[in-house]
This record gives sequence, structure tokens and C-alpha cells, in this order.
Amino acid sequence: MGKRFVALWFRHLTTDWMIRRRPELSDRPFVFASPERGRMVVSAANIAAEAKGIMAKMVVADCRAILPSLEVLDEIPGQATKLLRAIAEWCIRFTPVAAVDEPDGIMLDVSGCPHLWGGERPYLIDLLQKLRGFGYDVRAAIADTAGAAWAVCHFGKVKPIIEPCCQLEALLPLPPASLRLEVETLQKLEKLGLHQVSSFINMPRRALRRRFGDTLLLRLDQALGQEPEIIHPIQPIEPYHERLPCMEPIRTGTGIEIALQQLLETMCQRLVDEGKGLRKSIFKGFRIDGNIQQIVIGTVRPSRNVAHLFKLFENKIPGITPALGFELFILEAPVVEDIAIAQETLWHTSEHDDVAISELLDRIGGKVGMHTIHRYLPDEHYWPERSYKVTTALQEKPATDWRTDLPRPLYILPQPEIIEVTVPIPDYPPMLFIYKGALHTIIKADGPERIEQEWWITGGLQRDYYCVEDEKGGRYWLFRSGHYSSGEPEWYIHGFFA
Amino acid sequence: MVIMNEQVAKNDVIRQLQKEVLSLQGNIIPTADQRWKTALGPIEKAFPNSTFPIGAVHEFISNTQENTAATNGFISGLLSGFMKKEGICLWVGTKRTIFPPALIAFGIQPERIIFIDVAKSKEVLWVIEEGLKCNTLIAVVGELQELSFTESRRLQLAVEESRVTGFIHRYKPKSENTVACVSRWKINPLRSIIEDGMPGVGAPRWNVQLAKVRNGKPGSWDVEWTANTFRFLTRTLAIPELETRKAG
Repeated sequence: MGKRFVALWFRHLTTDWMIRRRPELSDRPFVFASPERGRMVVSAANIAAEAKGIMAKMVVADCRAILPSLEVLDEIPGQATKLLRAIAEWCIRFTPVAAVDEPDGIMLDVSGCPHLWGGERPYLIDLLQKLRGFGYDVRAAIADTAGAAWAVCHFGKVKPIIEPCCQLEALLPLPPASLRLEVETLQKLEKLGLHQVSSFINMPRRALRRRFGDTLLLRLDQALGQEPEIIHPIQPIEPYHERLPCMEPIRTGTGIEIALQQLLETMCQRLVDEGKGLRKSIFKGFRIDGNIQQIVIGTVRPSRNVAHLFKLFENKIPGITPALGFELFILEAPVVEDIAIAQETLWHTSEHDDVAISELLDRIGGKVGMHTIHRYLPDEHYWPERSYKVTTALQEKPATDWRTDLPRPLYILPQPEIIEVTVPIPDYPPMLFIYKGALHTIIKADGPERIEQEWWITGGLQRDYYCVEDEKGGRYWLFRSGHYSSGEPEWYIHGFFA
Repeated sequence: MVIMNEQVAKNDVIRQLQKEVLSLQGNIIPTADQRWKTALGPIEKAFPNSTFPIGAVHEFISNTQENTAATNGFISGLLSGFMKKEGICLWVGTKRTIFPPALIAFGIQPERIIFIDVAKSKEVLWVIEEGLKCNTLIAVVGELQELSFTESRRLQLAVEESRVTGFIHRYKPKSENTVACVSRWKINPLRSIIEDGMPGVGAPRWNVQLAKVRNGKPGSWDVEWTANTFRFLTRTLAIPELETRKAG
């Protein structure tokens, strides 16, 4: 049986993708542009923009002159390749051999596949309907050789399906560009008035080689099937997915644990082989009544330690209800990351300690929630509430030093609380204050330390802080909010010194 | 002469037996490099073997906010002694009152403490126990209100395995019930003292009361925190030499 190839051509790949993401753009002209020699140059235009005469490789300023309402988006480097790869992976449902054909196409080797769809016609219709359903403007052709399929896909006007061994007839009326030639060769052909493949295909091969080089002949032979052409199919990454069917429904906690242990062992073995660790994992149990129960865990750092992962799941096993029993268990790892062999140290500890602490935090986070874990780093603000910042990363080191020159209380109230004071003016500390109904006579005091609001963050009154000590030895951090000049300022207590 | 010798030999045997009993009770004498540099001086004498017990759970009780601040100060001072070089601590509680930038005044880098702020006291206990089982931690500080004997026993069993030290800080407990901790501390703030006639507030000064200690002698001391270390004061000695005051 002869080989059959399908060539797919996405004429507006990146713009179609953008419309898929932002449907409001569908009827507005927009382009992707990237800087090139100091100018912004259009790299892709959508259909609406092309209708107004805007094409790729035009300068954005010129386009704006044609169409002032044109929307210009920054080109995302490598996006086209990424999309093609993803679509090629998707195409694996149509054929096992799918290759990316840069810059805007996909080549499928469909030998032996179309009969499953009842013929080449329904096959192609199904493929195109699905892709067009996603919103991609796509053309396709099917032929005996990759070259012929490509040519008909890009330049064919009659029909997309070229019967076996008919590629020569199909190629004859097409322009020489359909042979995937270099620009110089095409220019030479154009100059000589050879506008169709038919006008030079019967010339002596020697003459063609002398004038246009080997490439033309090679491409011609490839398109006609006289020379083999190798396509490089993509190798999709096998999803991290382990299954464990059960002979009989599993109903006990022990049974579930054994299943989980087995699945984790196979999963972790694969992760070890590939030098990876999982960040998120889902354990699913399929009940015989059709219900699916699942447990999700996450880790702070990539892990492939069976014991640790088992412990994370174990805490949540009581949360699933087996009812009549599970017949199938599946373990998935949707988020997988590389494990760096030489890891950065965490607070000068050895790597072993580092891992142990991460695992402890995973357990705590899994039980009481990740939002409960805090670590603080200094932040360069005088305002007490902003003088530190929360970090979630365990490896993050302080960017600046902690301040040691200003007295700060060890015990701070979540909100400053209002107090009643007796205070001599203008700038003396209070003589006594009443907080929660208790009277404190102040014996010693330090201050004031004025802290202004950071006007670029919030407005408001400044604070004059005093540290004071009462007759019982309690040490407090009080402040006056604002000046005396603007009425009676309020006094607050903000913390307790040790 | 013979009787004297017999007496000495008998004392030796008793001392040996005491040590064995202590180690059976989970009170293991740390080796020189394990020993914490707590700078606790006279307080250490109150403990068996004159050593501050590590791998044990200590209980602190405070009843007012001033007490709490003083107790946190004392705990921070203790922690700084053995967090000097490396290591991480866990600080667990339901209502966190610690102001992280202030810890630096007690010789602790605040970024080396992981704070866990959970909603329920049951969860606090669970986190404390998990932390105490993780032998890479230096210490776990837990803020709680109630601690039953059974719960404290669980914590004690966890530390005997891992040699992590636990500090349980109880704020306004309903009753000061018996717990399986090695010691019970109460820290009260004292009036600070500064050189004659000078205005301002002095270094933090506390009355440290060791209300209970297993196999040791309870006592009471006046302590001041200056220049990143504890200074012990006799009641009569009022004025320590002037030190540059750090925040706290």
C-alpha cells in the first residue's frame, strides 16, 4: 500500500489563537508586531486587517496610516511553534505520525488511517471541521507524497484529494513556489517566464541542474515520489498517569492504602528515572456505582519520595467514601518539575535538612492549609505595619538587613487600640493612661519617635511613638495620632515591650 | 577512715543510679557540642545535672499581656542561644502577637522562624506535634490556652524520639493543671533601671520564676536582657553597667 500524506496550512495561526483567547477581537482588525531594525514590523495580521490591505512584513506606522483604528499587539516569540506542536499533538487522534512543518503547517502521515473514517473524504472533512470548530483558518490536502500534499494545500485550486499516483497531473498547473524552493531560485524562474511547473518539468535534468542547482531537482523528485522525504514526527510526552484496576471492589482503608502505595511506587520510579519530581498529584478512586472520589495534594518543592507523598495522601484518606467499593484507582501527576541535583541551601542548612523541612511544611499545609504558613522578610518602610513583608518562598533571603537601631515591641496588637491619657503639652509623654479599664502610671518614658505616613501609599495622620514604663514594670508602645494644633489628638496603644 | 571511704563509694553509687534513672525518664545528658549555650548561668543549676534540658517540653504560663510580652522575650532569648549558627524554628499559634522585626533585638533572624497561624487550638496541637517529630528543627514554640495531661504526654513522647525542644506558652489557662512537661516557668516584667538620673526606659528586665522542675529545685531569679545575653541580678544590685540599649 502506498503512503498517503495530509498537509495542513494555518493561514492565520497566531491571530486565530488570539481570537480564541479574546473573542471580542474577532471582528476588529489587529496585528502582531515585533521590532526589526528599529521599526515595528507586522509579523501576522488577522483576516479583518488583511481585508483592509494590511499584510505581514509591513511597517506598523504605514499600517496605522491605512487604518488608524488598527490594534497592535506584541508578538509572542516562539508562540507559533508552540501552537503547532500542541495542534500536532492533538492530531495524534487522527494518525500516529504527525510532524510540525515550520513555519505555519503540519504534515501528517496518514497511511492506513482514513479507512477508519470510511474513506479519505470523510477523514479530511472530520479533521477540518474539528480544526475550524476551534476557530483556525486551515486548508488541507491529501496526496501520495508530502511535497505534493504541501503544494496542493498551498496552491491547489481544484480539489484537495489527489488520487494515488496522480500527483504529477496535480502539480503541472501549479506555480514553481509550490515546490518549496528558495527565493533566489524562484526569482530566476520568474525572470525566465517559467510560471508553472508544467513549463519546466519536461526540460532535460542536466539543464535544470546547471541553471537552478540540485535543490530544484530534489524537490521535484520528492513531490513526485521518486525521492524519499523524511518527516520528523513529534514525540508527545506520556502523561504521568498510573492505573490500578482491582479484581474485587476495595472498601477498606487498608486496601486503599495498599493501592496508593503501589501506584506511588511505580510513579516515583518513573520520576526517578526521568530526574523529575511532582508538585501536584491527584489520586482517584472509581466506585462501582460510577461515582469518582479523589484526593489532591500539593508539595512545596518537587518530590519523588514515596514515604513523604504517601503521608500527604494518608491524612486525607478518611475523607473519601468507598460506599460499595472501588474498582479502579488512578494516580495522576499534572504538575511535574525537574529536580535540580545541586539545590540552593536554605538558611545555611544542609540539603537533607532542607528537604525534611519542606516535607514538614507540606504535611502542615496539607492539613491546615498553605495560607497558615508565614515567613517574614524585612521591608524598607518606617511605618510599623509595613516594615516587614510576607514571603511564601522558603529559599528567599532578605534583600536588606533588619533594623536594629529603633526600639520595637515584641508583642504587637493587630490594630492600635485607643486609650485615655493625661498628658502635658506640647510634646511630653503621657503621665498616665487607661487601657481596658486599668490605670497605668508612667514612671519612665522614651520618645517621641515620629513616623510619617508614606503619602505615596496612603494619606493620614503621622504618629508620635513613645515607649513608656509603668510602676509595675510593664513596658508599652504608645502613640499620638496627629498634632495638637488640629484639635484633640487621639492616643493609641500599639504594643508591649518584653 | 574505712567508714569515710564507704560513704564516698555509696555516694558515687547513688549518683550513678540517679543518672540512670534520669536517662530512663527521657532526660538525656547532652554532650558538649549538643549543649545549648543558653547563658542561663544560675538557672541551669536548678535542673538535674545542672544542664538545661533539651529534647524536652517546657511550659510557660502568662496571664496578662505584659506577662505575655515578657515571656515571649525570655523564650526568644533562650532560642537565640542555640539558633546562633543555623537552624529553623517553628512558632505556632492561633493569634499571633509577635512583631517579627522586634525579634532581631533578641538575637534571632526573623526569617529563620516559620510562623504557623492556624484557626483552632486542636490544629495548634497537631502542628506542634508534627513539628516536634521533625528532628531538623531546633525548637517549636506553641501558643495555647489549654493543655491536658494526655496531650502533654504525647508531646513529651514526640520529643524523646526526635530531641527537638518544645516551648508551650499558655496564655490565661483556666487552671494550672499538672502536665508532663519538664518545667513550668512564669515570667513577670520588672521595672527597668537606668543609670542615676538619666531619663528613658532601660533594658528589658524580668523576674523569672521556675515554678516546677522535674528532678530539680524550683527558684526565682531576676534577669536582664542586655547585649544579646542574660544578666543575672541580685535583688540588692540595682544598677547594672550602662549598655547600649537595643530594641525590644
